[in-house]
Amino acid sequence: MDRIPILKMGPYLLVTIQVDLYDRLALTLENDLISMVSKTGARGVLIDISAVSIVDSFMGRILGNIASMSRIMDAETVVVGMQPAVAITLVELGLTLQGVYTALDVEKGMELLQNKIGIIENPEDEDEEVPNDDID
Amino acid sequence: MMILTKDAMQIVREQDVVPFRNRVKELATKIGMSLVNQTKLITAASELVRNMLKYANGGKVLLEIISKNAQTGVRLTFVDEGPGIADVQQAMRDGFSTGKSLGLGLPGTKRLVNEFDIKSKLGEGTTVTITHWKNGR
Repeated sequence: MDRIPILKMGPYLLVTIQVDLYDRLALTLENDLISMVSKTGARGVLIDISAVSIVDSFMGRILGNIASMSRIMDAETVVVGMQPAVAITLVELGLTLQGVYTALDVEKGMELLQNKIGIIENPEDEDEEVPNDDID
Repeated sequence: MMILTKDAMQIVREQDVVPFRNRVKELATKIGMSLVNQTKLITAASELVRNMLKYANGGKVLLEIISKNAQTGVRLTFVDEGPGIADVQQAMRDGFSTGKSLGLGLPGTKRLVNEFDIKSKLGEGTTVTITHWKNGR
């Protein structure tokens, strides 16, 4: 059976969808991702759809489901790389992808995930905090 | 109006959806439709074919390239022999669904294409015809 590969990278799961999804493949991905979140304790899921030329309401619902399910399991989902034509079509169709974070590309998506999860990569950032001045 | 090419495809199972979408894409590309208009048409077609599988266990789609007033377009006719829609007006409203879906299928599809027509008879089936012109207008 066809499967979309899920890669683990630190606290993240990465998925690149390279084929046009048919329903069963999309449902399998939904299942696989949620079990992977549970198995690996991943805190973030990044789904790259830059190679996807069509997102219909079914596919949109799957993306929404993945986001809400992983949220319940304490992981955030970011969908990245949506083609402009797909975005235009989704809005006219009336699908808002509620509850799904989106970013322009993989790089921006990773940044967003890091911010959402609160993993601090540069500890120096904390130094920016203004120390309390003694009023006396 | 003139029919330039005519083709038909049976849709009986979920696996037919992707090849069907590819056929629609071929036609749209053939007449030089822009990517945005192609995407709208294919998405609309995808919604309708999904409805057909879900509510009528499949059916037949007629794929045509037509021309009218020096305009070329793709016309798709979805014919099923399913249970039919009791209240078409209600089915055309956003958010209405009998199938626990988002209820965007029909009204959303109508928004995506230039022409949309639906005829349904209880116990006999539903026919949906959509047309999308090359320039998307």
